[in-house]
Amino acid sequence: MRLALFITCFNDTLFPETGKSVVRVLRRLGHEVEFPYDQVCCGQMHFNSGYREDAVPLVRSFVDAFEGYDAVVVPSGSCTAMVREYHAVVARQAGGTLPAGVARVAPKVYEFSEFLVDVLGVTDVGAYFPHSVAYHPTCHSLRLLRVGDRPTRLLRAVRGLTLVDLPRADECCGFGGTFAVKNVDTSVAMGGDKVSAALESGAQVLCAGDNSCLTHIGGLISRQHAGIRVLHLADILACTEALPDLQPYGPGLDIASGFAAEQTPAPEVTR
Amino acid sequence: MTTSVRREPTFVGMPPFPEAAHAELANDVQRANLRAATHTIRAKRDAVVAEVPDWELLRRAGEAIKDDVLAGLPGYLERLEVAVRAAGGVVHWARDAAEANTIVVAIARAKGVDEVVKVKSMATEEIELNNALARAGIHAWETDLAQLIVQLGEDLPSHILVPAIHRNRAEIREIFVREMGRFGRPAPERLSDEPGALAAAARRHLREKFLRAKVAVSGGNFAIADTGTVCVVESEGNGRMCLTLPETLITVLGVEKLLPTWSDLEVFLQLLPRSATGERMNPYTSMWTGVTPGDGPQEFHLILLDNGRSDVLADPVGRQALRCIRCSACLNVCPVYERTGGHAYGSVYPGPIGAILTPQLRGIAAHRVDAQTASLPFASSLCGACFDACPVRIDIPEVLVHLRAQLVDGERGPRDRAEEVGMKAVRWAFEKPWRIGFAQHVAGVGGRFARHGVIGRVPLPKRFTGPVSAWFADRDAPAPPAESFRSWYKRTDGGQEE
Ligand code: SF4
Repeated sequence: MRLALFITCFNDTLFPETGKSVVRVLRRLGHEVEFPYDQVCCGQMHFNSGYREDAVPLVRSFVDAFEGYDAVVVPSGSCTAMVREYHAVVARQAGGTLPAGVARVAPKVYEFSEFLVDVLGVTDVGAYFPHSVAYHPTCHSLRLLRVGDRPTRLLRAVRGLTLVDLPRADECCGFGGTFAVKNVDTSVAMGGDKVSAALESGAQVLCAGDNSCLTHIGGLISRQHAGIRVLHLADILACTEALPDLQPYGPGLDIASGFAAEQTPAPEVTR
Repeated sequence: MTTSVRREPTFVGMPPFPEAAHAELANDVQRANLRAATHTIRAKRDAVVAEVPDWELLRRAGEAIKDDVLAGLPGYLERLEVAVRAAGGVVHWARDAAEANTIVVAIARAKGVDEVVKVKSMATEEIELNNALARAGIHAWETDLAQLIVQLGEDLPSHILVPAIHRNRAEIREIFVREMGRFGRPAPERLSDEPGALAAAARRHLREKFLRAKVAVSGGNFAIADTGTVCVVESEGNGRMCLTLPETLITVLGVEKLLPTWSDLEVFLQLLPRSATGERMNPYTSMWTGVTPGDGPQEFHLILLDNGRSDVLADPVGRQALRCIRCSACLNVCPVYERTGGHAYGSVYPGPIGAILTPQLRGIAAHRVDAQTASLPFASSLCGACFDACPVRIDIPEVLVHLRAQLVDGERGPRDRAEEVGMKAVRWAFEKPWRIGFAQHVAGVGGRFARHGVIGRVPLPKRFTGPVSAWFADRDAPAPPAESFRSWYKRTDGGQEE
């Protein structure tokens, strides 16, 4: 199986650790993943903001970059949804050879948890993470991709990990791409409630499959010094007994582990 | 009784959504009321929907029936007209709000009345009928409990089904005590805020109006093209009072409300109450066909209202909004609506459906729209909860994004030059992988100046009110790392040489 990683422009630039985590998890499971350097962005921001014509070259470059692979793994629910659900819409409008290209490539694109559970058929990826974790199902994973319980099945199989329920889990965190800045007050009001739910859950870590949503939630947590860490699913699955609790990350640590870094690292969260 | 008739407030002149939402979000009483109400209705709806094993099939049936109606609308409308006429009713056609209002006023004048009783109706809200009647010196008494609360409180509706959803018991009691006496029977002394007591006060206040009124005005939930039957679904029975007691009944009906045959009601009378109030069946379902001699109103006028619907129908993506049966399920599940309430949308149709229907009714497909209208398609995080809840499967996120493209690519909205430049710059950077690599390198160098990898408050001059200051007003952000993923992959051959 020729396997490619679509890192997404957001992770590439701001969360390289998540990409490294994906590579590590897949390597541990015996799969090498290629990184086609021609990849850039799925075009979601342009498409969702009304700049549909500007999304066309991005869709085209996506098809060019990933043509010929058997599967494409993406550590983002919303970028996967953009490719699978909406690239065809952009392509139809653009015409030419693009619709055919999208029809070939898009069905082979998988969100990370889908790829692990559906394509590789694993739920235990050999991870170790001795912390309590609440999982936030981001809207596009939940309602566009319908990843269902795949992420929580993966988390349940992690040794040492305690999965706790997130109250009102299916409510949107309020990120919504440009919504976060165009409707900043509403976005922050929604995010504030998500932070409250995370605190209510008692978890030490809030986990999701989208770093974009986590940047919003984590940004609020950081500003409020709320003392919860946000982490991408891949970053949890990358941890092992040999390299526990985020230490594999080296100098990038503060980025992935966020926002709690300003406080002195406390081994136990006292609440 | 010729007291001057009180005009009602309207949504005209409301600010764009973000500005309106800013003010609404600060209303803590309303926030608590809405949170409680939406969460309660949501739970009830989920429970009764889960009971129906073929719910998804029902939704698909509802979608298919409505799509068939929309595809053959002219023919169905003519069938309806013939059937209503045959049953003794009068059919009027209204191109827009002004025409519809003129027809209603003319009928009321011909009857020599200075008051009408009203069944709660979105169509008459849309055309601002009450103010048209007020200008003609005719009182329009709202008889739906929640609509009465809004009317007495000189308030605006904030929900399709429960227009006073933003009010709590204490506020309602206060409105009743203060206002009822000015328009009829006053609230009893020492009125409590128990729901039963409030309902009893409304009942006594309305009863004399029901018994006196000669003319009633209603909307309609459904109209059957085959038989000419109009159907109104409600919970209180006040609607039925209006539909049966007065001598003359005027119904204002959006042209999209048609169903082909009587048996199509089977689908919609399951979909609507479960989606709307979380009930298996609504308490009152009234149906009438023209006039029945000696029974109920002896004169029936049906006004078929276009008011922008033909334009909506012309848009292949946007037209699905005409499937809407006004159940409010999309409002009740919407995380934006739950926090801002309905007034922020500046339209009689709030929430997700309002965000897609209002701009279309205001002509976004044909011409430039004002800033308030243009803000509505952006009043959503695209979370998709509305689509999942919608009983007729309106893909609201799809339409929102479609309208955004009309606003930006189609230049129907006010231009945002700064955003355009930003979007073009990002597109430019994304066109060649080396450009994104270069941008990441620059960002990474900048990121070294951040403390502990976190960017906190950004001290921007006041005139920079763009997305950056919006983000950092309440949120931190991670500093860009020194090395992007693509550089790491290249440097270490995908971690092999680490
Ligand atoms: S759009 Fe759908 S969910 Fe919303 S009010 Fe209309 S029918 Fe109900």
